[in-house]
Order: sequence, then structure tokens, then C-alpha cells
Amino acid sequence: MTSEQGSARVAGWSETELGVDGRVLDVVRAPDGVLSARGADVDPTAADVVQLAADLVATMRVSPGCVGLAANQVGVGVRVFCVDVTEHPKTRTRHGTFVLCNAEVVESSRNEKAREGCMSVPDLTGDVKRASRLTVRGQLPGTGETVSFATDAFEARALQHEIDHTDGFLFLDRVAGAHAIYPRQTYL
Amino acid sequence: MSTDLYAVTVLGHDRPGIIAATTAGLAELGLNIEDSTMTLLRGHFAMMLLCRGGSDAAAIERALAPLAADGDLDVAVRPVTDAPAPAAGGSAWVLTVHGGDRSGIVSAVVAEVAAAGGNITDLTTRLAGDLYLLVAELDLPAGSDVSAVEGAIRASAERLGVTATLRPAEADEL
Repeated sequence: MTSEQGSARVAGWSETELGVDGRVLDVVRAPDGVLSARGADVDPTAADVVQLAADLVATMRVSPGCVGLAANQVGVGVRVFCVDVTEHPKTRTRHGTFVLCNAEVVESSRNEKAREGCMSVPDLTGDVKRASRLTVRGQLPGTGETVSFATDAFEARALQHEIDHTDGFLFLDRVAGAHAIYPRQTYL
Repeated sequence: MSTDLYAVTVLGHDRPGIIAATTAGLAELGLNIEDSTMTLLRGHFAMMLLCRGGSDAAAIERALAPLAADGDLDVAVRPVTDAPAPAAGGSAWVLTVHGGDRSGIVSAVVAEVAAAGGNITDLTTRLAGDLYLLVAELDLPAGSDVSAVEGAIRASAERLGVTATLRPAEADEL
């Protein structure tokens, strides 16, 4: 599957493919250890992974301002996350709602610094430098297809933030320096 | 211009206008503010600045006395000397430590930096709920075994049940 085909496949994906209803789960907060441990690789076709994928999407949907949620954030130490940056003003390329398993960054370029927050670190924000051009590879839950696709701008940032979660890193581990951490001013 | 250098610290309960009043007092004496930093720590104002000029500490203290008049701000003035520039050739790093709050996190981790001959150049800590966070910028001497330093820091953090990340401090050359 080419990057263009992967992009189209991801853009066409929706959680209805999973065939199960998602449940809204509690989001865990730092310093919960599950957020600082690399998640286990998963079988994307396994029933519990399919249910988890639906749960992540359902939890993201009910959380104000949430554009991505990793399994670690609901207390499950596996490498699965969902993303949907469709409504965000900083988004350029968008692929709608999707879930990726065992995702990794294949290529990245054009670093830009921007301020990030996280539902699992609700009281702080921080300036983080991330690539604004990104190619990722991962597997779709349910079918288990491997997809590789390119994106940019805010969706690229969201993907790196979520992949970091699955690797056991918070944005706090990436902040630009000692003066790049801020008390949160506005809670969504 | 005089080469006299003074460190001024202003600490206390925050309110609007502290910086304006402080800098006005210094400006009246013709002092030039060279370096400064200010932050709020849970509503407590904290500012340090270095100023230079042809005044003396007593005159600066008199000029800033109105700031401390209502008793909720402490102002201190002391003469300082120009410090030599740090030795070049080392490498700059950003250290993040986070985890459950407990006493001794900062001391245990920075002890490993000191043991490696490293110098912390900037440090922030935050307590947010149960989460304790330390972010420090530090220089390691040229020739340091960075992997060994990182390993020692991680081991120290693990003993406290917290997580440590050491990354190069990136600077874009434009």
C-alpha cells in the first residue's frame, strides 16, 4: 500500500468498522506509572484491542478539546491510540477519526515549537518542538492492515504526542527548557 | 559609567505594579537593568535583577523602600562582582524528572549532575496535584560520558519511583 493509498484508507476509516460500541473510560493522570512505561505491542485483530479502540474513540468524543487519546491514558499499557483533529484551527491535512496500533514515526522533518497540553497533565502546559511534516506507519484495529501515510501541521503534532504516550513519554519529557513549562490558564 | 553591579531581589505577595515601581526606582538613580527574571510561585512574586550604575547600595535601598512599606514585600540590595564566563566546550542538556510527589527528588537527582561535574544553569519545579515535575537545563563538561551520567540519573530517579529524561538542548543555527 502506497502512502497515498494509506492516506485514503485512514481518511475513509471510521469507528463503525469496529462493530462494537465504545464505552467512556476514566482518564488517568500523571504521576500514574502507566503513563511512564512503554506500552506492549498488540494484535490489532484481537477482540480486546477492537473494544479498546472503540472505547478510546468514545472517550475522546466526550472529552472537551480532546484531539487524541492513548491507551496508557485510560490505564491500559498497550500501543494503541486514537486521533481526530478535524475541528482544530491549526489543522491543515486531516484524516478524520482513526485509531492506530503499534504506530511508529517513519520520517519527520521541519521542526516547529508550539505549546501543548494533555488530559493526563491537566494543570500544566509546555512548549514542545515537533516535526510538522511526518510519515507514520501503524496498523488499523479490526482488520490489522498496515497503513503508512503522511501528514503535517497539527495532525503531525497530535500523532507524535500520542506515539510518545505509547512509548511512555509525556510532553513534559520533551519540553524545550526550564522556562517552557506553564501553569494552565484555561481548562476546557 | 560606573562598573558597580548590584543584585536586587524582590519577594512577597503579588499585586499589580511591583515591577513598575521597582524599575522606576532604579531608573531614577540612572541604573541600567542588565539581567532580570521574575516569576509567580503560587501567587508569590519573586524577582531578581542585576543592575549597573553609579549609585550605592544604600541609595538603591532608599529608592526601593516604598515598595516594602506596607510589609508584604521584601526588597534586598547587594553589590556583586562580575562573574567570569563559564568555560566553553561542554554540552547543554535538558533534564525532565516527573512522578509522584515525595521529598528528596530534587536533591537526589541534581546530586548525580553535580557528581558528573555538571552545572545546572536553569531549573523549574512544579507541584501540580500529585505530580511533581522538575525541568532543568544543565551543562556537562567536555568529554563527559553522557550515557553514564544519564544512567546514574535514571537509576537515582527509579529509586524514588519517578521518571527521568535527559535530552540535548537543541539550538537552531540560523
